[in-house]
Amino acid sequence: MPIVRIPTPLRKLTNNLEEVTVSGATLGVVLDELNAAYPGLSERIVDENGVIRRFVNIFVNDEDVRFLQEKETPIQEADVVSIVPAIAGG
Amino acid sequence: MSTKPWFSNLKCRECGRLYEKEAIHICEFDFGPLEAAYDYDAIREVFTRELIESRPQTMWRYRELLPIDGEPTVGTQVGFTPLVKADRLAKALGIRELWIKNDSVNYPTLSFKDRVVSVALSRARELGFKVVACASTGNLANSVAANAANAGLKSYVLIPSNLEQGKVLGSLVYGTNVIGIKGPYDQVNRLCSEIAGKYGWGFVNVNLRPYYAEGSKTMGFEIAEQLGWKLPRHTVVCMASGSLLTKLHKAYKEFIDLDIVEKSDFSIHGAQASGCSPISTAFKAGTEMVKPVQNPDTIAKSLAIGTPADGYYAIRSMKETGGSCEDCTDEEIVEGIKLLAETTGIFAETAGGVTVACARKLIESGKIPSDESAVLCITGHGLKTQEAIIGKVGEPRVIGPSLREFEALVADEVGTKN
Ligand SMILES: Cc1ncc(COP(=O)(O)O)c(C=O)c1O
Ligand SMILES: [Zn+2]
Repeated sequence: MPIVRIPTPLRKLTNNLEEVTVSGATLGVVLDELNAAYPGLSERIVDENGVIRRFVNIFVNDEDVRFLQEKETPIQEADVVSIVPAIAGG
Repeated sequence: MSTKPWFSNLKCRECGRLYEKEAIHICEFDFGPLEAAYDYDAIREVFTRELIESRPQTMWRYRELLPIDGEPTVGTQVGFTPLVKADRLAKALGIRELWIKNDSVNYPTLSFKDRVVSVALSRARELGFKVVACASTGNLANSVAANAANAGLKSYVLIPSNLEQGKVLGSLVYGTNVIGIKGPYDQVNRLCSEIAGKYGWGFVNVNLRPYYAEGSKTMGFEIAEQLGWKLPRHTVVCMASGSLLTKLHKAYKEFIDLDIVEKSDFSIHGAQASGCSPISTAFKAGTEMVKPVQNPDTIAKSLAIGTPADGYYAIRSMKETGGSCEDCTDEEIVEGIKLLAETTGIFAETAGGVTVACARKLIESGKIPSDESAVLCITGHGLKTQEAIIGKVGEPRVIGPSLREFEALVADEVGTKN
């Protein structure tokens, strides 16, 4: 099953787990499943309209989903989904 | 200096929730960035021009508005760089009055990043960190490495593996751990975001971001003070993540709110390189939705951030102040570096070339009216990005140590003596 990497600020909702596994054929489904397993998680990541929040970056195997198909991005069994907060300048 | 708690909390910029002053950087509810909040009523009682003027000429003369609890312990000599009147450049660009805020001579690593690092590492010590780190396009790495060395902190700096040699050496020399990451800066960022929580390190632009970011305000405070306690009508500044621009805005607003300066119109304009211009592209398209740039391609490597964390707020700041935004090509960056050097004697890095080139466009298009006054923020030193101009500024003319050869060489250029 695909692995989802949970950022530090959300680990309170995943019993401190850094990684969880959930099934789903697209990113949208994975996020829904994630929310079923850890209630309250998805509203942190997407807004009221279901759009990925401005300050959240989601990567599927190192690729920003905004360069893929956002929530429609297909997810394979061996994929790693990372939820990553934005970082200040450098 | 007293250690009253001027600095009260961290606060989410999106929802306003308050957080403790810890090593955290985003809101758990909406991922909004956390920002330092202050007890402005308490500050107003003590913070005056006279108090500021009585202190040493460093960025810490504004310490009530910086997010640490005690006295600064790292980078205590940073800041108060020259504000230079640039009449010859003003003439070349066709504007009445022009100033250069010259952070290319900031102490100790020749870029404005010494400001943010001074705050971040002073705070890192207060929070008990023994190891500090950063993700960097070069200048931040230099500053973390140098300031950590001086403070006796262990450091790790993570950079894209293809940076300019000056930027790489300018970290290595301090004995830090330099880690080159294959890929653009945004991949370095992603990696750092994932490792930041894991090792208990103080990452200056990840878990220490709220402290880091506030350091940039001091550039704005200094500009206002050096103009004789007045805000500049126009400020032009280059953007990578957009953080510096938003903090100049915050600095000017704080000085107005605390009656340190009189309220007056001011506009802040942003500058980017066309090869990585997510903020300028969104601004020009009239949207606040900043679309990331996947593969930045510009000689201004210090500004090559494809996913700018503060892009949204930078656009808001430019709009709110009646500012505007431009971008420029690599050729224009080199021209900007040369023009600045030839008219002011200041050697800027590529980011400074971006600021000058974009200022030229803003003046030409009337977005900065030619009968007004502007400050250009020059944020880093040219010796660090020599690759960008090698072969583009001429070569020395080589002769033997002979008077005859010399006279032949200059015959056409100088009149004879007397
Ligand atoms: C020389 C220089 N100027 C400006 C910036 C832009 O900073 P910000 O990310 O705050 O927009 C950087 C960032 O690395 C820089 O190195
Ligand atoms: Zn929030």
